[in-house]
Amino acid sequence: MIEFRQVHKSFDEEAVLKDVSFNIKPGETKIILGESGSGKSTILKLILGLIRPDSGQILIQDQDITKMSERELVQVRGGIGMIFQEGALFDSLSVRENVGYRLSEEGKLNEEEINAEIIQLLGFVGLEEAIDKMPGELSGGMKRRVGIARALVGTPKVVLYDEPTAGLDPITKRSIVELMIKLRDMEGVTSIFVTHDLNAASTIASEYAMADKDGNVTFQPAAEAADLLSTDFIMLQNGSICFEGDYHEMMHSNMPYVRAFTS
Amino acid sequence: MLGFPLRILTKTIWEIQSYTLLSARAIANLFSRPIYWREIILQMERMGVGSLTIVILTGFFTGAVLAIQSESALRRYGAVSMTGQLVSLTLIRELGPVLSALMLSGRIASGIASELGSMVVSEQINAMRALGTDPTRRLVTPRMISMLVMLPLLTILCDAAGMAGGWIIASYKLLISSNQFWSDAINALEFADVVGTLFKPLVFGFIIAMTGCYVGLRTYGGTEGVGRSTTQAVVSSSILIIASDFFLNNLIIYFSPLINP
Repeated sequence: MIEFRQVHKSFDEEAVLKDVSFNIKPGETKIILGESGSGKSTILKLILGLIRPDSGQILIQDQDITKMSERELVQVRGGIGMIFQEGALFDSLSVRENVGYRLSEEGKLNEEEINAEIIQLLGFVGLEEAIDKMPGELSGGMKRRVGIARALVGTPKVVLYDEPTAGLDPITKRSIVELMIKLRDMEGVTSIFVTHDLNAASTIASEYAMADKDGNVTFQPAAEAADLLSTDFIMLQNGSICFEGDYHEMMHSNMPYVRAFTS
Repeated sequence: MLGFPLRILTKTIWEIQSYTLLSARAIANLFSRPIYWREIILQMERMGVGSLTIVILTGFFTGAVLAIQSESALRRYGAVSMTGQLVSLTLIRELGPVLSALMLSGRIASGIASELGSMVVSEQINAMRALGTDPTRRLVTPRMISMLVMLPLLTILCDAAGMAGGWIIASYKLLISSNQFWSDAINALEFADVVGTLFKPLVFGFIIAMTGCYVGLRTYGGTEGVGRSTTQAVVSSSILIIASDFFLNNLIIYFSPLINP
């Protein structure tokens, strides 16, 4: 689904990513951990084609996006939802206009259909009542949830999360993590979650979501069945992958850098 | 030894190239869809209607000051009655277009740079691209069109307000009759002056919009960077306006025999 082949990226002659290679299968969740400045967010921007690598290849659904024009990249981006660190909502647009932005731009649906989709997505993130508010009136957690709703327009097959839980209180953080688990387990979305928040990453790797016959979603600990959650970890150190494996392997790793994160 | 000047030279060439590329893309967007008409109207309202007061006040007081200052100079030659001619020529040829543009570079270029700069540092520009929109088409082209339309109109208003300011001083302080003031003021003008007063704002409007957008879109370094971009947009656009005025004046003087019927 997404493959990095020896990707190298520098900014001002400083290498941010060095020969990074990894592969993400459809439906899989990859959690990228690493300290600030280790190149985590750069990976997401490269996948979206917002920046281009100095060398190497990035394949999305077997298409090499590194040589694509901006016009071709727009097609690729259409299948990817991105949740930015602080939500990155457009300040001058209401929540309704933010969530419906992509649909209004595409111009394929009429106003009623767009409105129905907006209400459904805001319902998914639990923010129907905020539909006519401006981003300035929302709390940090609400902005992230609106950002998630905006990213889910058009039911993308891939969702990228750039530290969506950073700086949030535990309750709001939990609600964001639950949304991510729901998307993975109930919608089968392929996702990359960039974070340095081990708690949030651990929850995603150790819980699963299921709906009862009334449609109520509950979250259960996966216990020994954690391997079934198709969630793997990558740890970046100074722009290189220093660890790749599942939750169990990460927690029992003897590598000093990994242990510094997990202990 | 050559390292520093070479770096400066490389950076300057790179900046000129990036500015030119952004301008070329903004112009090219005019010939393909989508064109964001709603955004264009919104920007015209913000830039044009929102700048009416400062442009009219600037013009009015400049015209009044010109009339007051011209008195002492013209009195030596017994030509106080020619105040209308002096006010209209100075305002319409030079001060109207340049002062309107400088006032708007302070208001509009800084506003554009801080708005786009904030969008860059809060990742709204990246979000826009991620959602399939070209920021140049959505943000730069509408601002460019708005300035190209609104600055000539504002300059006409500035000129008119300046003439009114000069007329009030001429009538009530210099005791020149209204008839004489206005006939002198209008007869002094040539067709090239009118063309110039409309052509200069087109160039100045382009400079203000493109400098604000260019500086705003390359903002880095958080809120401190936004402040830096805002200042830089005003300084750069003001210098470019004054420098381009020099070349435009030469151009208009060169072509005036062809323009004047």
